[in-house]
Amino acid sequence: MQNVLQIVWLVPFFPLIGFLIVGLFRKQLSKTLTAIIGCGMVLLPFLLSIWIFILVKNGGGYVADYFNFISAGSLKVSFALQVDALSALFLLIVTGVSFIIHVYSTTYMKEETKEHYGRFFSYMNLFVFSMILLVMGANFIIMFIGWEGVGLCSYLLIGYWFKNKEYNKAADKAFIFNRIGDLGFLIALFWIISKAGSVSFEDVFSKTSVFSSSDITIITLLLFVGATGKSAQIPLYTWLPDAMAGPTPVSALIHAATMVTAGVYMIARSNALYSLAPVTENIIAIVGLATAILAATIALKQNDIKKVLAYSTVSQLGYMFLALGVGAYSTGVFHVMTHAFFKALLFLAAGSVIHAMGGEQDIRKMGGLKGKMKITYLTFLFGCIAISGIPPFSGFFSKDAILLAAFEHNKILYAIALFGALLTAFYMFRLLFLAFNGSFRGTEEQQHHLHESPAGMTIPLIILAILAFAGGFVGIPEILMKGGDKLTEFLSPVIPVHSVELVSHSTEMMLMVISTVLVLLVIVFAWYRFRKYHSVEEKGIGKFLENKWYVDELYEKVIANPVNRFAAFLNKFIEKSLIDGIVNGVGRLVNYGSRQVRLLQSGQVGNYVLLMVLSMLLIFVIQFFLRK
Amino acid sequence: MIPVLFIVIPMITGLAVFFFKNERSVKLLALFSSLATLVVALLGLTLLNDNNNVQYSANWLGFLGSRISLKVDGMGQVLCLLTSISYPAIFIATWKNQYQKAGNFFGLMLLSQAGLMGVFVAMDALLFYFFWEMVLIPVYFLSSQWGGEKRIRATMKFFIYTFLGSVLMLVGIIYLYSQTPDHSFSIESFYNLNKILPGKTQNWVFWLFFAAFAVKMPIFPFHTWQPDLYEQANTPTTMVLSGVMVKMGVFACIRWLLPVVSIASFQWGDVVTSLAVIGILYASLLAIQQDDLKRLVAYSSIAHIGLMCATIFSETTVGLQGVMIQMFNHGINVLGLWIVVEMIEKTCGTRKISELGGLAQKAPSLAIFAMIIGLASVALPLTNAFIGEFMMLNGIFSSSITHYNIVFTVLAAVSIILAAIYILTMIRKVFFGSSNTVTSNAQDIQWSQKLVLSVIVILILWLGIYPDSMLNLTHGLSESIIKKSDVLPLLMKH
Amino acid sequence: MPINYYIFLSLALFAIGIVGVLIRRNAIIVFMCIEIMLNAANLLLVAFSKMHHLQQAATQASAGTDGQIFVFFIMVVAAAEVSVGLAIIVMMFRNVHSIDINFLNRLKH
Repeated sequence: MQNVLQIVWLVPFFPLIGFLIVGLFRKQLSKTLTAIIGCGMVLLPFLLSIWIFILVKNGGGYVADYFNFISAGSLKVSFALQVDALSALFLLIVTGVSFIIHVYSTTYMKEETKEHYGRFFSYMNLFVFSMILLVMGANFIIMFIGWEGVGLCSYLLIGYWFKNKEYNKAADKAFIFNRIGDLGFLIALFWIISKAGSVSFEDVFSKTSVFSSSDITIITLLLFVGATGKSAQIPLYTWLPDAMAGPTPVSALIHAATMVTAGVYMIARSNALYSLAPVTENIIAIVGLATAILAATIALKQNDIKKVLAYSTVSQLGYMFLALGVGAYSTGVFHVMTHAFFKALLFLAAGSVIHAMGGEQDIRKMGGLKGKMKITYLTFLFGCIAISGIPPFSGFFSKDAILLAAFEHNKILYAIALFGALLTAFYMFRLLFLAFNGSFRGTEEQQHHLHESPAGMTIPLIILAILAFAGGFVGIPEILMKGGDKLTEFLSPVIPVHSVELVSHSTEMMLMVISTVLVLLVIVFAWYRFRKYHSVEEKGIGKFLENKWYVDELYEKVIANPVNRFAAFLNKFIEKSLIDGIVNGVGRLVNYGSRQVRLLQSGQVGNYVLLMVLSMLLIFVIQFFLRK
Repeated sequence: MIPVLFIVIPMITGLAVFFFKNERSVKLLALFSSLATLVVALLGLTLLNDNNNVQYSANWLGFLGSRISLKVDGMGQVLCLLTSISYPAIFIATWKNQYQKAGNFFGLMLLSQAGLMGVFVAMDALLFYFFWEMVLIPVYFLSSQWGGEKRIRATMKFFIYTFLGSVLMLVGIIYLYSQTPDHSFSIESFYNLNKILPGKTQNWVFWLFFAAFAVKMPIFPFHTWQPDLYEQANTPTTMVLSGVMVKMGVFACIRWLLPVVSIASFQWGDVVTSLAVIGILYASLLAIQQDDLKRLVAYSSIAHIGLMCATIFSETTVGLQGVMIQMFNHGINVLGLWIVVEMIEKTCGTRKISELGGLAQKAPSLAIFAMIIGLASVALPLTNAFIGEFMMLNGIFSSSITHYNIVFTVLAAVSIILAAIYILTMIRKVFFGSSNTVTSNAQDIQWSQKLVLSVIVILILWLGIYPDSMLNLTHGLSESIIKKSDVLPLLMKH
Repeated sequence: MPINYYIFLSLALFAIGIVGVLIRRNAIIVFMCIEIMLNAANLLLVAFSKMHHLQQAATQASAGTDGQIFVFFIMVVAAAEVSVGLAIIVMMFRNVHSIDINFLNRLKH
């Protein structure tokens, strides 16, 4: 198996080649060829991932060490890739979902010119490459390369329509917010290097004893800062909703299914460190839950179909972090997987709607799309049910596992998390009902234009809908089916299982029933409120939520503006007046002084003689009287 | 023989070029000379890389104890390679530029190359000083004769700054010379002084030297000559200045300061590092405020150099190696940035960021190159600068000679966020958005710039993906320098 | 005769010379005052030389002649100076029709 796995470099290699070919020859390649290469270079790693998955399932992980990346002094970093249960699972999710979205994009982006079409696919392939590097890296540095690489691709793709200034600003914002997180990540790396002398996962996680407990707390916290940037948690979440400026498949792939879960992957990967840092875990749980609730409340009042989904993504990511925070790492990963399916589905379905509406994203101008777009409607419904957590859809299993883990940890966390789950169901079905039920509220022209999307888009939707339905069956709780939790078992080489039962079976059963019943009630309530559309001006809390808690404005006022003003102050006063003032002042002083001294040279012979005589007298005086 | 060729080839052709009148033949000769130097440099790195070839020694001023002693060590190889790549790149990228008195211009350029090479290979303090000044003089004429309207004023500022520094350094060199037991200017004698000179003396000698180096790098608050000069000087000179010349200061700190007066370097380490770190943040913040592309690049350069300076005084092997390859990386990257800026100015007639916009539609190739080089400047992984900055920050963090290593690292690392802000904002405002009256008639770049920028991009990626190819040049040297400047045994002795 | 008389005489001459140079504006007078100062110095040199000779003649025949020789040198230089100085004054008179030294400030510009 070892020798066979030596070729795992092919997995990132294919999309890299795809990026280069499509990127360099985007003017020469026809659109069809671009699409074939673009999709093919993701399909191949997907097939490889399946193969790797099967190999890994049969036993063990493997590290393939290729070449010395950095070797300086005591610092040795090799370019090494790793396959084990966790990375194999993520590889499957990443390449699988990516492939489906690539296929979808071939149709969705059809109207772009040849050149930009090629640009789009090259960026997408580059993204897949970076993401694969992120999940396959065998040390923190390689992971960091992928980590920043996906940030770059996200930046490029958000700003894909580069003529639009607002989109470019959103792209900058995404990159910069990610960078803030990356700073934390980077410093954590330095800390790890200075203590452990190595960055490879194998060394660091097996020698946790070299870290003192405060070291571990700081390192894990700093890594978590990195995760808040990438995975859009408080306080760095505001870039993600703005990132919806990118084309919809990008939002589905990068800003819902894969990239934003990188933080979860990283923490799950480092579970050996995190499980030793209870303080950090508590912070993660609290931040995750707070993000989940905050984003869910904002999502209640958004009217842009993609914005709702974006906030829903932030909120679901919050749940994943909650799971990580309470120590249920495999549950967090499980939710990453199910979320990848149903959120990609929801975004792609939203893309289908936007496509049909001719670019319109405001749900107040939709309505009654059910009739015209059967497949889109049904698949969107699947997504909504899955995210709301109704059995037997995938979301139910993962979300319930998180709620259970929270319950085991702390009852208050559980209660708040359950409340958040109800909010989720409410805003998702609000979205569904407003967009698909009732009567059409757009323009005549749009109504005329309404149509079901072509097969190139609906087939990916159907596949994802099936996955969103069935994806949860790999993690059925023990009480429902003996040995049903295959995922945790699969991940057990990387994430150790603690088989202590904290909650009795009856309680666990009861929790499931409670959440399911409550969610159903909320859905009914949503149906009652939104089956018909009423236009209301938001007031009070509603307005507050619609404006996203004014967080953007707050950041603007508290951070961006002062920094800018401080920089302007430095530029105007310190640089120009103070430093340059001193420098030029010295010059001016010399000038002034010499102009004054020059006056001695009056040209009057008498003056010179007088000066001469006086100076001679002075010399005499000094010579005879002042010398000791 | 290789170090001699490094100096002699550009010097002879440089002097010869003065007498040519025809601009085309001048350019061809200059290009040929710089390419010849490049070939020598490449051979010196590969085939002819053995001890006999990389050093040279001959009598010079024997009565003073000064010899012509040249050696290309690891750091010298990196910097000579940078110099020899930069010159042909500059010549090709600005091939179409017209100059009054082209013979003088290219002659001075080549003389400055000879001086730079000399600085990097001189192993004798007096010779080092000689070459140090030999760089300054051609650059003085280059920037005062060709350039913007206020060039004289900017050049005066630069000249006074650097000359003041140089004179102080000369005093320092002569003092150290007088203290050597064997009355010699050779670098070994200077290194041995470390064990002789008491800490108190070192403390003031340190500043005599550091004044010259701090001005050259430049370190906050000695930096104000730089933006003015970069803005006013002609682009090829600016490229030489920022691509290669500012490395002289960094280089000299490593070779002539750290191992020579290491007790003082240790004592003043925190002060200098603080200045450097303040400079990093200060220059980054100022870069955000700039509207002129050249000034923006100038401030970003100050920030990057500040990080190198801070790393040097943290005295770690990894950090020093990081500095050495980052000197190369920064030289390459900043060269690319200048070419981009030059092309923008050529095709749009302005360098004001606020007036530009939407250039990506008109000049897609330029936009792609600008993007890649810009991303290298913000130290994105898999570009060369990431390796350097990672190693440098890691060096500062793991430094054992200061108590504030974590504070310094965090503050210095904030610059990666600020760099992202100013570079991305610049790219967004210049290249993205819709085109306006200024940019609507913009042309894309020509083959010559494409060639140079492609080479730069290949180097950026090559060193970003496989940095080991250059890192192993610097390993032994940085270890020996750290060993020489280890203060513990010295402090025990005094 | 005691040396004091010579000293006082030459001091007086020298003072007259200085005052003359300082307060007179006529170039010829100034010139003459400079000559007076030179001669005051000469007088002193000769006087001291003579005294020295009287004391040292017993041991060394040529002792005390140095001062006398100096005086010759000074006189030669003074003569040269007179010729140059007068030439300047003549040229000055030709140009500005005056020998007032306050007109001699043109070099400033």
